[in-house]
Amino acid sequence: MDDFIAARSQMALSLGFHIIFSCIGMVMPFFMAVAHYYWLRTDNIVYKNVTKAWSKGVAIFFATGAVSGTVLSFELGLLWPEFMKHAGPIFGMPFSLEGTAFFIEAIALGFFLYGWDRFNKWFHWFTGVIVGVSGLASGILVVAANAWMNSPAGFDFVNGQYLNIDPIEAMFNDAWFSQALHMTIAAFVATGFAVAGVHALMILKGENVLFHTKSFKIAAIFGCVAAILQPLSGDISAKDVAIRQPAKLAAMEAHFHTEKSAALIVGGIPDEENKKVDYAIKLPGFLSFLAHGDFESEVTGLDKIPEENQPPVAITHYAFQTMVGMGMAMMLVAVLYFLALWKKKSWLSSPWLLKLFVAATPLGFIAVEAGWTVTEVGRQPWIIHNVMRTADAVTPMPGIAYSFYLFSAVYVSLAFVVIFMLYRQIKMVGTLYDKQN
Amino acid sequence: MLYIVITFLWTSILLYLLLGGADYGAGIIELFTSRKNKAVTRRTLYGAIGPIWEANHMWLIIAIVILFVGFPVIYSTMSVHLHIPLTIMLLGIIARGTAFTFRHYDAVVDDMQYLYNTIFAVSSFITPLFLGIIAGSAVSGHIDPQADTFLSAYIFSWLHWFAVSVGMFTVAICGFLASVYLIGETDNDQDRLRFAHKAQFFNIAAVICGMLVFVAAYIEHIPLIDWVFGNWVGRIAIVSATLSLVWMWSLLYQGRLTLLRPLAGFQVTMILLTTTYKHFPNIVILKGGGYLSLLEHSGQEKTMEALALALLIGSVFILPALFYLIYSFQKKPLEYGAEH
Repeated sequence: MDDFIAARSQMALSLGFHIIFSCIGMVMPFFMAVAHYYWLRTDNIVYKNVTKAWSKGVAIFFATGAVSGTVLSFELGLLWPEFMKHAGPIFGMPFSLEGTAFFIEAIALGFFLYGWDRFNKWFHWFTGVIVGVSGLASGILVVAANAWMNSPAGFDFVNGQYLNIDPIEAMFNDAWFSQALHMTIAAFVATGFAVAGVHALMILKGENVLFHTKSFKIAAIFGCVAAILQPLSGDISAKDVAIRQPAKLAAMEAHFHTEKSAALIVGGIPDEENKKVDYAIKLPGFLSFLAHGDFESEVTGLDKIPEENQPPVAITHYAFQTMVGMGMAMMLVAVLYFLALWKKKSWLSSPWLLKLFVAATPLGFIAVEAGWTVTEVGRQPWIIHNVMRTADAVTPMPGIAYSFYLFSAVYVSLAFVVIFMLYRQIKMVGTLYDKQN
Repeated sequence: MLYIVITFLWTSILLYLLLGGADYGAGIIELFTSRKNKAVTRRTLYGAIGPIWEANHMWLIIAIVILFVGFPVIYSTMSVHLHIPLTIMLLGIIARGTAFTFRHYDAVVDDMQYLYNTIFAVSSFITPLFLGIIAGSAVSGHIDPQADTFLSAYIFSWLHWFAVSVGMFTVAICGFLASVYLIGETDNDQDRLRFAHKAQFFNIAAVICGMLVFVAAYIEHIPLIDWVFGNWVGRIAIVSATLSLVWMWSLLYQGRLTLLRPLAGFQVTMILLTTTYKHFPNIVILKGGGYLSLLEHSGQEKTMEALALALLIGSVFILPALFYLIYSFQKKPLEYGAEH
């Protein structure tokens, strides 16, 4: 394996692994806070059991997210030293603030997990909320740093020199808001649907139904609200990308030729050699509308981008289609669920709705991974958009392939252990949490 | 502003060495505990570090972020030439953090515990060993930016007696800190005596490893003796550390425990002070006499201002919360399994 490809694969693996744990780590505390709130308000023991059971999951996910995040802060340098040498001082501001947010999160988690019956109950509840808020802040800050790579700001690039650095301007780059919004909502969708799906399965199995029904409802409402909001934030992102990174948008849509009233391509197999897409459904004018809000407007195609600056089309296109497809499917489930809550109460007690949620369990995280692929692969060949090429940033050390194999083995085994532990947690619900004291 | 950032960097390294170090040490003690006493050790350890262990490791993140934002050349040079020990250290961090959490949060207690425990104890040893190797390599003068072979660029930059003995010294210090810490965490004389013996063991180990560091430095022409004894700060620090060590042991034999931890912390602080004072501001010494300096290789002024500001704001939030966390769980220690 080529060292450059190995370095990119290792980075992709580490981020792809970390993103799941950080999403869960920043969203679950809010679910817990809701359950915890009901317990304090209603004295219904089921809510206490739900809170405690979830907090075990959060502890497992937080620890795994924390170590995989620590690894990333080193990997930036281990794999991309040339990038960090120049970028560190410019886009470091969100990272230095993130250090604080992460620290607060760890402290608050210590209070929350170990603070039962030890502190004032509302103080204890509040520490749980702080875990969520600081987790969310961490996530937003890290995404702001990533946004800088897509939309570099806060410096002048003169003859290969990075001058007049302004870290604050770099942090508030043009892409930070749309990316942070899209990612935050995505985290809620993915975690909501994953958690709701697992509890739905347990309800269908008829085990500890009361416990799982309460859990399901909290997770499902969070996930479904987010799933309905997500297309709106996606639209903001798409319009933003169309202006800032036309090459990325063109790759997402496999849009080879610049044209007015461009068609939206759904599905299809991009043929990069002959610059066309086979077997696709084309909706005329819709790409122009999505990109610029006008059915007639011109959308830049890959033909306007020099060959050496084009991202890989097929991967970006498939990943984008996957993300949108999953998002639409979850939005549909969300609409059905709200319909059931408000108008069709009978649906709530029929198994088909729960089965839909079970089927949707992994969709949110598939969409998160796909979306992450879109933004990262779609930025290629740049590590800093239009400033530094990824290939110029890679470490000179040979043999990165072995490091990649090693980290793959570690992360795959970790994933298995986490799934195994989660399985045991759920299996033990009856013994540990479905009690009346 | 630059000096504020440097102060934060040094303080985070010190706190990581003290708090993270005691944390690693707890695992090292477990590794060196006979099978029949392991369960007690584990219980004391959990009561002592359960709520704060995640926070203890945040200091490493703070230090690394300061390095890559404020001193990117130093960060990237170390990342390239110490790639291998850094990777091993990272694998250690992953293994240790997850094993510690998994063994506690696994809903079913069965044979998996044996796996978690083994991984936890072994990685508690390996991680500080490599942290020490990295620190030793940085000042050893073995990092060669002009190296043209794989071995000289990426292996001999860290694989030499000096770095390895600094690594062993670090492990011994971690074990020592943890033993002294745990003496105050037990509720009976028998365990207290056991941890006192452990402290003695790691103290002796630290002295032996410390001597090995000097021998290795002598063999490899590293002017360590001059760094430590060639200036008044170093001499005073070493003398006061030694005196406080004697004081600490006499207190321990009298059964007076309150001052043990501050004294152990003081000794380690003095060791870090002597080893960093003389070659400040150079934190990486390269082959052929070149060096990377905190003063000369820092980021542009605006970066340092923003970084200092972020750190100051951060500490306003972090420090009170952290102290309150530690205080609450000191006042009323955790009972094993209490939160089940």
